[in-house]
Amino acid sequence: MIEMSSIDAGLLAAGAWIAIGCCGLAAPRSAGFAGRFLYPAGAAVGVALAAIALFALFEPPSTRVLPLGLPDLPFHARLDALSAFFLLLLGGVAAGVSVFAGGYLRADQGSSPGLVCLCYHLFLASMALVLVADDAYFFMVAWETMALSSFFLVTSDHRHAEIRRAGYLYILIAHIGAISILLCFGALQAGTGNYTFDGMRTLQLPAGWATVAFVLALAGFGAKAGILPLHVWLPEAHPAAPSPVSALMSAVMLKTAIYGLMRVTLDLIGFPVWWWGVIALAVGLASALFGIIFAAVQTDMKRLLAYSSIENIGLIVAGFGLTLLFRGFGMGTLAALALTATLYHCLNHAFFKSLLFLATGSVLHATSERSLGRLGGLIHRMPWVAWCALIGTVAIAGLPPLNGFVSEWLLLQAFLFTPDLPQGYVNLLVPVAAAAVALTAALSGYVMVKFFGIVFLGQPRDEALAQAHDAGPWERAGLVWLSAACIVLGLIPHAVINMLEPITRQFTGYGISGEMRGWLFVAPIEPERASYSPLLFLAVATALILAAWLAVRAFYHGRARRAPSWDCGFPWQNARMQDTADGFGQPVKVVFQPAFRIEGEAPSPRDSRPQYRETADDRFWFWLYLPVARLVDRLTGLVTVLQRGRISIYLMYSFATLLVLLFFVR
Amino acid sequence: MLQHYGPQVINLLAAILLLLAFAMLSQRRILSLINLFAAQGLVLFLATALVAALTAQSHLYWSAGLTLLLKVLLLPWILHRLIRRLNVKWDVETLINIPTTMLIGIVLVILAFNLAAPISQLAGTVTRSTLGIAMASVLLSFLMMITRSKAVPQVVGFLAMENGLFFAATAAVYGMPMVVELGVALDVLVASLILGVFLFQIRERFDSVDTRHLEKLKEH
Amino acid sequence: MNLAGATAQFTELLLALLLAPLLTGWVNQCRAWLQNRSAPGLLQPYRVLAKLFEKEVVLAHNASPLFRSAPYLIFGCLALAAAIVPTLSTGLPLNAAADAIALVGLLALARFFIALAGMDVGTSFGTLGARREMMVGFLAEPALLMVLFTASLISQSSSLSTIVDALGHREFVIYPSMAFAGVAFTMVSLAENARIPVDNPATHLELTMIHEAMVLEYSGRHLAMIEWASSLKLFVYSCMGLALFFPFGIAQGGDWLGIVLALPVLVLKLAAGGAALAVIEMMSAKMRIFRAPEFLGTAFLLAVLAMLVHVLLEA
Repeated sequence: MIEMSSIDAGLLAAGAWIAIGCCGLAAPRSAGFAGRFLYPAGAAVGVALAAIALFALFEPPSTRVLPLGLPDLPFHARLDALSAFFLLLLGGVAAGVSVFAGGYLRADQGSSPGLVCLCYHLFLASMALVLVADDAYFFMVAWETMALSSFFLVTSDHRHAEIRRAGYLYILIAHIGAISILLCFGALQAGTGNYTFDGMRTLQLPAGWATVAFVLALAGFGAKAGILPLHVWLPEAHPAAPSPVSALMSAVMLKTAIYGLMRVTLDLIGFPVWWWGVIALAVGLASALFGIIFAAVQTDMKRLLAYSSIENIGLIVAGFGLTLLFRGFGMGTLAALALTATLYHCLNHAFFKSLLFLATGSVLHATSERSLGRLGGLIHRMPWVAWCALIGTVAIAGLPPLNGFVSEWLLLQAFLFTPDLPQGYVNLLVPVAAAAVALTAALSGYVMVKFFGIVFLGQPRDEALAQAHDAGPWERAGLVWLSAACIVLGLIPHAVINMLEPITRQFTGYGISGEMRGWLFVAPIEPERASYSPLLFLAVATALILAAWLAVRAFYHGRARRAPSWDCGFPWQNARMQDTADGFGQPVKVVFQPAFRIEGEAPSPRDSRPQYRETADDRFWFWLYLPVARLVDRLTGLVTVLQRGRISIYLMYSFATLLVLLFFVR
Repeated sequence: MLQHYGPQVINLLAAILLLLAFAMLSQRRILSLINLFAAQGLVLFLATALVAALTAQSHLYWSAGLTLLLKVLLLPWILHRLIRRLNVKWDVETLINIPTTMLIGIVLVILAFNLAAPISQLAGTVTRSTLGIAMASVLLSFLMMITRSKAVPQVVGFLAMENGLFFAATAAVYGMPMVVELGVALDVLVASLILGVFLFQIRERFDSVDTRHLEKLKEH
Repeated sequence: MNLAGATAQFTELLLALLLAPLLTGWVNQCRAWLQNRSAPGLLQPYRVLAKLFEKEVVLAHNASPLFRSAPYLIFGCLALAAAIVPTLSTGLPLNAAADAIALVGLLALARFFIALAGMDVGTSFGTLGARREMMVGFLAEPALLMVLFTASLISQSSSLSTIVDALGHREFVIYPSMAFAGVAFTMVSLAENARIPVDNPATHLELTMIHEAMVLEYSGRHLAMIEWASSLKLFVYSCMGLALFFPFGIAQGGDWLGIVLALPVLVLKLAAGGAALAVIEMMSAKMRIFRAPEFLGTAFLLAVLAMLVHVLLEA
């Protein structure tokens, strides 16, 4: 029996995914073969990877040098606690999403199912390889493979022009980010030529270069994660992709960017400066507020979820900024608290966002409608999807006792202890930052009520919805897996915090699980300062609800009868009289009006067929992207002068180059 | 007991002063604005009287009495008469909307606190941290003057600025010399008289007290 | 978690459930006195609840299981909130299970479900009420959280019993930041409890409804649970306000004599608070619905300012 270390097991899992993907090429047009055998096999590999990662969290780091790569720079792979945590996230989410995808992907959606299967599993494998890469070359190869395979997945339904456009924008910004990351690695190796991460770790960079590396990393990984102002690709690419792909992108791919940022700042640079934390905090909070405000005014359910992803990534980056701030001032315990909150939120977001995207996928399958203006009342026709989506929305809104609340609670606890900082201005700005986090959390509740209420509750806004069917067995299994994860992560936070302890101990020197008061409570610093017990909370709440129900039934009666709805006595209620998605977003549009660029047209009184249109656009598109695009256009216009079209001109260019070279080599 | 709770009460009065400055910033009605200004005067009177009791400087009692007479009774009465004679509308129009104004107000408060921090290290009194609050209320009143378009709130803003300076002097350095104080009071009185005449002239010319009409006096 | 603590906790919860409708009746009584008319009596809310429980529930044809279970969920959440807030004493077992942030989360959970219930039947009033309630909620919830944060910064803890211990049982100190927090808290509780100037609890006109619009489709025992939950919410906010700003008289955990003495003190304080609420309602007029974000935005910024004043003056 060969002694296998965790890194070998992890690499084998990635290889298994690639193999499964290649099997998809065997029967390219059959959706059934891929759906019944390959995707469930991929899900099993995901579970195995998650188990491997869970073991590897508590072991010392293991390394492996692969015989691939450049002659003097073979692929180095390393599995330490941080990589193991993100691999656990990848495996857990991929299991649920793959099971769902088995029942979801059909044959007539543009690309052939075999190709989609190949790209999908290649995507999963490349994400796993990004997480274990230990040198710059392997990292970039895996990163680019991830970008390319996701591009092909996003444009899998390439028959529609706007999907192709969304894919183009996505790959463009992904490459801008990749260039920035490459430059960052260049800054990190500081002229030694040693591109392995081990070499970068032992190098002590001068402060100026360290800052350059940090800024490049923030820009590069931020472009992939979707923070302001490099976020414009997210609301286009996520709705364009098929729902399992959107789920994976939003849940796992954005987290690989966060992993990259953490790896570079905490591990490779090693000694974060405090004001980097202020930058990250500011950028993160701006993205969070921006994302949730825009999510509130969307009328397409997948765009709404995409903007909500921007918000959550903003919160994660803000938490990371807080970690850097504390670490920079040498406050180790508080840095550990902030890092735990950040990592916990990564895990939570992965599960509840993928759950919600998969639920929208089921709705899309059943109704072929993405627009919120034509959905409604689906809780009656699709109960499984609706109840799983309810768990997802309660989790994402950060409500107790599910998992979203725990990470928010930990983050707010980290903010509560900040007035002990030595710097005056930062001390005053941090309560303002806590207020921004609270506002974001409250707004996400608003957005989720809009999402769930308009899609699943109320009356159907279209007659075709009467034919909607519930999700199939594979889809149900995937949804239930992810919902169960949301519930479990919310009810046993001490186990998750224990799991995160090796990571925080490695990067901040402290862990926060040591001060907990038994397995029932979570008390991050001291029990008198704050404590929370989700199990007790849920138990008492359930007991009270049941007691109330039983008492009412016992003392009074349980009679009910059905009748038309009351609505203050108005008998002719129809579906158009309930709120639309636009209407539900109107308060946010009015209150946060300077954030939008609102364009609209209203009908005149003399119109025989009045039409009303209002769009709320992203200002960054008009301030930043369009001017840059116009500038690039103008510059390329200048260069196009060289392209005359005549063969003799091109031959003259080659001739001139030859003459110049001969002249210089002489 | 007075020595123990006195500085705490002064801190509380400082906080109430800042609260009133914020309330004036977010007020929409002119009548409430004048009442808030009178309340600020009352807070000043209490603070001055308390400082006088704490430090046993009897001239501060005179100062407190003057404040009560002028800022709580006389000036609000004059302002009430003014708005009744000018027949102004009750709603105040702002140049930028109220939530944005309050956000800018918070930024100003943070700035003022940080600016005052090194100075308050040097002052010798126990209540030196109120210097930041007093500076913040001066800045907030200035902001109020900038963001209002009608003349009467701008006058009230000017008077509230003087309130803030007076509080800074009283709380941080335990009172100005009587001469300085009488001089400042006279300046404020003269300024109010001039502003009053000014208001009537604006009213005569433009039939409204909206100061944006003054832009019509430009050359072209 | 010993037996004495559990008994004290259970007593507090039962007391909250029984006293909440009485508080609503008292506020209505004070309003009637101020408006020079005769009130229906202090026990009227109890009579209303008894009548509603007797009646049969009429459900719309397309009401879902969420609609039917929401009243119990909301009631359970608010009962748990009433058990967490230290009304008679601190140091009770449930205080360790949920701190101030969890309390705000619990109130948000109740609001979430009542908004969803309002959207469930798909009438225009229900969705209108849900939208307005979430609009009030997304500004009021951060303001409340910031008020509790101010108290947490002062007492160096976010656990409610430690906050009350720090503010009430130690030496008396005047905290200026609590003045700001007090104004902000008053504005937030007026908004969240659907009182004038944000919402009129006595009207059923479309222009003025927020809370009533969401529960328009409920009847019978469901409506009774929701009405009881609303009076519990007023009780919870009043007790929160008393615990933060007037914590004298709240006993320390396990002190039975203190708990017995705390009851009449609590009743007196609630009576004074109810009368003050009636006076505020009398003196204000209801705002236009789009002035509500300004009102709540002011409360939010005042709460943030409270934290800043604490960091400057008291740290």
